[in-house]
Amino acid sequence: MNKSNSILKDKAETTVLTIEKPDETNQLSKKKIRLIASVAIILPLIIALYHYLPNLVDVFTFDLLKLNPESHLGEAINFFFYDTIKIFILLFLISSLMGVINAYFPVDRLRVYLTTKKMYGLQYLFASFFGAVTPFCSCSSIPLFIGFVKGGIPLGVTFAYLITSPLVNEVAVAMFLGLFGFKATIIYAGTGVLMGMIGGFFLGKLKLDKYLSDWVREIQDNAIQEHEEWDGENLSFLDRLPTIIKDGWGIVRKVLLYVIIGIAIGAAMHGYVPENFFTEYLSADKWYAVPLAVIFAVPMYANAAGIVPVIQVFVAKGVPLGTAIAFMMAVVGLSLPEATLLKKVMKWKMIGIFFGTITVFIIMLGYLFNLIL
Amino acid sequence: MDIKVLGTGCAKCKSLEKATQEAVAKTGVNATVTKVEDIVEIMNYNVMTTPALVIDGKVVVKGKVPSVDEIAKLLTK
Repeated sequence: MNKSNSILKDKAETTVLTIEKPDETNQLSKKKIRLIASVAIILPLIIALYHYLPNLVDVFTFDLLKLNPESHLGEAINFFFYDTIKIFILLFLISSLMGVINAYFPVDRLRVYLTTKKMYGLQYLFASFFGAVTPFCSCSSIPLFIGFVKGGIPLGVTFAYLITSPLVNEVAVAMFLGLFGFKATIIYAGTGVLMGMIGGFFLGKLKLDKYLSDWVREIQDNAIQEHEEWDGENLSFLDRLPTIIKDGWGIVRKVLLYVIIGIAIGAAMHGYVPENFFTEYLSADKWYAVPLAVIFAVPMYANAAGIVPVIQVFVAKGVPLGTAIAFMMAVVGLSLPEATLLKKVMKWKMIGIFFGTITVFIIMLGYLFNLIL
Repeated sequence: MDIKVLGTGCAKCKSLEKATQEAVAKTGVNATVTKVEDIVEIMNYNVMTTPALVIDGKVVVKGKVPSVDEIAKLLTK
């Protein structure tokens, strides 16, 4: 009796299993189809929204809210809605794009590349470029630094990564694209990567290894050349997509408030600050304008989201673009909280040289841009 | 089961710790969750992106915060 019962049970279980299995795969492919379909519908919708945004916002502010297009208030509110929505779209798209790049080329893989391949100087470009496309989080910069040192990567190359990583990040790029246009964004990102390369090369030549913290030096002495192949998760693009989109959305949500505040301040200033208001102090023919802007910016720990809309107003009111870019770079690229974090891995002297070098570079860039733009 | 959350104390690390605890409670596995904040100890696991999740000495997640369900899957595997 008992036996037959258990056999019956066994049978029941196997049938359940065989039924469950195809059902599960069926569900999975259904999920995939739904995913592809939603991307295929939502992406063109987002692009269309971006394209027709000025008209839509005009209709909203001037027809629906019945604001006067000639008035300061009307202009400011129109600016606010247009810029906010535009930047959210850009931020989401760029974060997702960077997520895709990162899924296929994570930093662990970069380390294996940098340590195992002969690069003939190209490693600076490589490190700097990947600093640009990886999402920056200041709390990750220390493990990254140690990870590089541990892999036997030269200090200069590590610096190349460290310089570009906060300087060119998804938020800064999206804000620049939205508020200054394509050309200024290319200049900003391009010189950011270039500065990482040159700065890293220069700092590498200074032979600063003796100014690393003692425990980091120990790691450096025991550095092992890594030959292990990079063992990434072998997930298909479709399996990864939900996480990538979720992370992209996460970045948007995180800076949402800052973007709104920054743009609100910017929009208010747009409407009310008179033309050429700042020119007296920050115009191109004042030689001290660039260093002043940069030195003023270093202790500021504003994020790109909050600061770019304000800078855009500065530019609109007569501050040259070079000065503005230099200011922006100093704000995001050099921050005191980052310096205190770096204290864990390097001595103050090294932090000083690192920050000093970048500051000088940014100032020179500011002058250069003011000359050629 | 010995679970460690590696992170220097940023917001993401805290949300990973919370998600892990929720996953442990959800799956009912017998596990201890400890937070590792010391950078020297974190580096022993050879991770370059925080936060990271270590289960029984093996790094299973690095550089991201998975959902509670995903962690639960890792715990029951």
